[in-house]
Amino acid sequence: MITFDRVSKRYDEGHDALREVSVDIDRDDLVFLTGHSGAGKSTLLRLIMLMDRPTRGQVTVDGRNLATVGSRAIPRHRRDIGVVFQNHQLLFDRPVFDNVALPLIIAGYDYQEVGRRVRAALDKVGLLERERAMPVTLSGGEQQRVGIARAVVGKPKILLADEPTGNLDPALSAEIMQLFEEFNRVGVTVLIASHDLALISRLRHRIITLREGRLVSGSAA
Amino acid sequence: MSARRLAAQRREGASQSRTGFQDLYRAWMRHHRLSAADSLYRVLDKPLSSVLTWLVIGIALALPVGLNVALDNVDHLSSGWDSPAQISLFLREDLEADRAQQFQQALAAREDIAGARYVSREEALAEFSELSGFADVLASLDENPLPDLVLVTPAGQGGEAASALREELQATPEVAQAVLDMEWLQRLNSLMELSRRLVLAVGGLLVLGVVLILGNTIRLAIESRREEIVIVKLVGGSNAFVRRPFLYTGLWYGVGGGVFAATLVALSLWFLSAPVDQLAALYQSGFQLSGLGIMGALNLVILGGLLGLTGAWLAVARHLVEIEPR
Ligand SMILES: Nc1ncnc2c1ncn2[C@@H]1O[C@H](COP(=O)(O)OP(=O)(O)O)[C@@H](O)[C@H]1O
Ligand SMILES: [Mg+2]
Repeated sequence: MITFDRVSKRYDEGHDALREVSVDIDRDDLVFLTGHSGAGKSTLLRLIMLMDRPTRGQVTVDGRNLATVGSRAIPRHRRDIGVVFQNHQLLFDRPVFDNVALPLIIAGYDYQEVGRRVRAALDKVGLLERERAMPVTLSGGEQQRVGIARAVVGKPKILLADEPTGNLDPALSAEIMQLFEEFNRVGVTVLIASHDLALISRLRHRIITLREGRLVSGSAA
Repeated sequence: MSARRLAAQRREGASQSRTGFQDLYRAWMRHHRLSAADSLYRVLDKPLSSVLTWLVIGIALALPVGLNVALDNVDHLSSGWDSPAQISLFLREDLEADRAQQFQQALAAREDIAGARYVSREEALAEFSELSGFADVLASLDENPLPDLVLVTPAGQGGEAASALREELQATPEVAQAVLDMEWLQRLNSLMELSRRLVLAVGGLLVLGVVLILGNTIRLAIESRREEIVIVKLVGGSNAFVRRPFLYTGLWYGVGGGVFAATLVALSLWFLSAPVDQLAALYQSGFQLSGLGIMGALNLVILGGLLGLTGAWLAVARHLVEIEPR
């Protein structure tokens, strides 16, 4: 589903964030991406989302070589991918419902369909009752679940998460991971960047480890 | 696109209600409505700053348009005098009344003269004291200071023929002085032409100013929603999608500015109408100020809207592409 073929990324400052990374993530798999802070986890996710382009090598997502995706086609590409961020990236001047509805509005669904899908997504993350609440009135864990609902509402085939439990206590973190496992079970390919080794090693999924931009373990499925 | 992917899409086809062109069009219209309503809501949500923006745009548009309306009125007023030109013949003081009448009849019979009207000094005085409002002052004069008068209207158009006629009449013994009442009309006409051009130049500058003001307003709106734009782009919003609400914001500011401008012009005309009526009555004229009219006002609003869109386009083209998720 996602293939990195000897991908390197050098930022303008001359720093190598990724060096010759080759990895294959299978369809319907759930994979953890780990490594110390600065190891290149976020960079790897950013390349999948086309927030950045690799300096060398080739990234393929769902059979499409990303080098062939022009800047005008980037929005279309991102609509096929759900993303969850550590800092949630919510619209704080709008209620939960509107936040979750955003990808559907962008995709142009009609209002009935939007309402139906948003409620289904909120139901899955256990926030159906809070659809009219403003994000600031929610706890950190709840805000993260709004972020997850927004990521899955468009039924993407791929779900990316960058440190989704970064600011949460262990119990809440475990709950969030459970949610990801549920989405994975219904056929979503999930890639989660996390440096919380204690948590992810308990979950018995494939773990890819980066160190200073190099893949050090987990290259083979 | 891979076969697996196609199969997956077909599976989803039933619930995915955006297959045909018609659905795309409907989605597009839906987002236009949504953007228009959302932008209008945001504009109305900050009434004070919005009214200030509208007022600035309104004044900038009302100034050239109002001046143009004023010039139209002057044009309209002076078109009544434009042609034919008139030659006033002030008769020699020692000319007897019946000689004067004969002279008038001889003139009226000429081919190159369309009409000649004799105004005796008594009539002239009566008319003058009535029109000028100086009746009391004139009544206290011992002697009528006005000469007898023949008002000649040349048959031909054209200033040169009238000038030639004036010179010929000046030379006749009955006439003390012949005055062609046309020079000031020519002067007025060239003054009007100059004024039109000035208004056009000033109008051009002000329109440019309006576009820049609107562009800056939209730039600030974009700046204040930077984080939102980043998020929308992250979840797959295209540039067109992100751009749309800001274009509508520009449109609303422009349209509101146009409405303010039309109102300001109408208010100024209303403010001027009482003294103008008085003046017109004094000159026995049925002249009335004419305003923008419904169509003029509508055009002004449309112009405002177009300027708003233009300003928004400039701002959006410059600032929106810079905002990318980092
Ligand atoms: N936009 C950027 N410009 C320059 N250097 C960057 C940028 N983003 C990340 N880096 C550098 O690249 C390296 C990898 O960063 P990142 O992918 O964020 O690591 P991680 O997510 O694993 O903490 C770090 O050394 C970081 O300083
Ligand atoms: Mg990171």
